[in-house]
Amino acid sequence: MKGLIIRNLHVSIENKEILKGLNLNLETGKIHAIMGPNASGKTTLGCVIMGHPKYKVKKGEIIFKGKNILELPADQRAALGLYLGFQYPLEIKGITFQHFIWRSILALKEKKRNGDIFPKNFIEFKKELRKKADILGFDEKFIEREINVGFSGGEKKRAEILQMLMLKPEFVILDEIDSGLDVDSVKIVAQAIESMRSENFGALLITHYQRILNYVKPDKVYVMVDGRIVKQGTFELVKEVEKFGYKVFEKV
Amino acid sequence: MRNTKNILTLDLKKYDFRDKVDYVYTAPKGLTREIVEEISYLKEEPEWMRKFRLESFDIFLKKSLPEWGPDLSEVDFDSISYYVKPTDRKSASWEDVPDYIKKTFEKLGIPEAERKFLAGVGAQYDSEVVYHNIKKDLEKKGVIFLDTDTALKEYPDLFKEYFGKVVPPTDNKFAALNSAVWSGGSFIYVPPGVHVDFPLQAYFRINAASMGQFERTLIIADEYSFIHYIEGCTAPTYSSYSLHSAVVEIIAKKGARVRYTTIQNWAHNIYNLVTKRAVAYRDAIVEWVDGNIGSKVTMKYPCVIMKEKGARAEIISVSYAGKGQHQDTGAKVIHLAPYTSSRIISKSVSKDGGRASYRGLVRIVKGAKGVKSNVNCDALILDEKSRSDTYPYMEIMEEEVDIGHEASVGRISEEEIFYLTSRGIPESEAYALVVLGFIEPLTKELPMEYAVELNRLIQLEMEGALG
Ligand SMILES: Nc1ncnc2c1ncn2[C@@H]1O[C@H](COP(=O)(O)OP(=O)(O)OP(=O)(O)O)[C@@H](O)[C@H]1O
Ligand SMILES: [Mg+2]
Repeated sequence: MKGLIIRNLHVSIENKEILKGLNLNLETGKIHAIMGPNASGKTTLGCVIMGHPKYKVKKGEIIFKGKNILELPADQRAALGLYLGFQYPLEIKGITFQHFIWRSILALKEKKRNGDIFPKNFIEFKKELRKKADILGFDEKFIEREINVGFSGGEKKRAEILQMLMLKPEFVILDEIDSGLDVDSVKIVAQAIESMRSENFGALLITHYQRILNYVKPDKVYVMVDGRIVKQGTFELVKEVEKFGYKVFEKV
Repeated sequence: MRNTKNILTLDLKKYDFRDKVDYVYTAPKGLTREIVEEISYLKEEPEWMRKFRLESFDIFLKKSLPEWGPDLSEVDFDSISYYVKPTDRKSASWEDVPDYIKKTFEKLGIPEAERKFLAGVGAQYDSEVVYHNIKKDLEKKGVIFLDTDTALKEYPDLFKEYFGKVVPPTDNKFAALNSAVWSGGSFIYVPPGVHVDFPLQAYFRINAASMGQFERTLIIADEYSFIHYIEGCTAPTYSSYSLHSAVVEIIAKKGARVRYTTIQNWAHNIYNLVTKRAVAYRDAIVEWVDGNIGSKVTMKYPCVIMKEKGARAEIISVSYAGKGQHQDTGAKVIHLAPYTSSRIISKSVSKDGGRASYRGLVRIVKGAKGVKSNVNCDALILDEKSRSDTYPYMEIMEEEVDIGHEASVGRISEEEIFYLTSRGIPESEAYALVVLGFIEPLTKELPMEYAVELNRLIQLEMEGALG
């Protein structure tokens, strides 16, 4: 079965249960959106899928491309084609953004993830990076800066998308990629996501707002409350949330 | 000599092997007057050197171990051989080097270096320099690059004029010890106005178990000359502790510039206690570039004494302290004249319970107006078990000076590593990336092959390949 399947997932952090038996069936070839109140566990879900060592999985499975990935470290999950766009991208000193992406590509190549989709050498890589940086509105000098250091909120989010475009993942989780973006940036980012849409690409957008979903039309929408999926539907569900908030779902 | 390239390939990592060598002469363990006499006698030294050694020996006995800094209580002076001479032949060409030594150098990557090397290399195998070569046109320019023992024989006057003047035996216990039993090291003289455009290099290696290595290096850069000297060190691992205690003296005359680069990767049972000091005269520049990766304990504070107006000091050091290691390193700048300037950059990384300390001194005497000094020391601590300390000493007697001091301590968070690994980079490489980014100020000062090698070493350290 293609896609990302989550079954009865229980996750705790510091002995507090955050995800309480979560089930999701995220097919590739589709774009999924998930909404939910603050602290309901959305970021936790993204981190657990990507393999953050801090979160302890107590029960359940995460299956990607037919394989249980729970035992894999983050880098091997990336090699399988997973990608997480962070809600709060980290600032890392001493490494340039460009070098970071290049090293990531080398690492992915080494693990033989569709080797030929990546640039052959550093020169080709730079060409591709420049082109894609340009699409996202970054100038030349930007990619020479240290990873996210001193980037504005919006720049950080666009930089996450630039990495996604370069690393060519097969399934992405984008955690509030739209938060902090101005009107034009939302469109640019949405277009970038749309440009990836294919049979072999899937996405889970975590968001609080309808805004970005007007540009990236989700095939499926889920509502998450208190560590569980409480409702599933289509774009109509987004409007419902905007209109009534989460109170109605909590009672379910 | 087939010298084609000025770069010595340093494969600093693969040296945990050991040769069976029939030593021509090994001094009995422990240090006595007789042994000091014996060393001088075997080396057929002039009387003044014999006396110098004996006086130094007396000073060594009188001086106590430093009361500050790392724990040296395990250094057992009686269990060390103070002189080991692996061969009595000194070779002028690679072909003459005995096979067993050649084999060792092969493992070290030295044969390759020999093929590539442009400037000449002094490779030190235990106490004696067995192989020494210098490019012909350097000789024509009057540059002297010899092992220190030979220099004493061939240039006695020049030698006597400068030897032991920058670091006298009275300086500290280990300088006294070195002065008493020194053997080998490099001697360099660069005549006025001569620029040596490629780095001169030496390779040191300790092989015999429980032996001390006490090389002595003396560099004299005459007026307006330029020289870059590089040393790489490595030693195989032994069960009993070995001692390395070198002395390096540099004299940079008016307008001269001397750069001295060290990448130290001693085995993890070596006590590395080194005194490095330079005197800089008018408008001279002295640069110490110092990388400390190996050893059990290192104590090393490269120093520049700026004696005349316009002199400059640059000291860049990086240390890495892993499991069971204590790197106590730093820098000293002594401003004795007006309008002298200094810059100190120190970076330390500690991991797996390692301990890194920065110990630095900035001294500005009364009347040294217009002095500029800038100190920057940053520590990176990779886990909770590891430790970093800073001991900056300032002795500022003059008011019209410009002094800056910045220090920082950083850690790598689990979040940062997760961010990097989530892109496909393995965890050990993620750590290495952060560490290398951190020490970049040093690596960018190194010749490319050294930088590459240092990067590789760090990467291996992060993989936990070293015990
Ligand atoms: N390191 C941590 N230590 C303790 N509690 C944590 C930690 N990380 C997350 N939590 C808790 O887990 C719960 C879920 O957090 P999470 O970030 O997944 O929520 P979210 O749905 O993404 O919220 P938001 O919409 O505000 O981003 C919160 O109560 C949060 O405080
Ligand atoms: Mg969140």
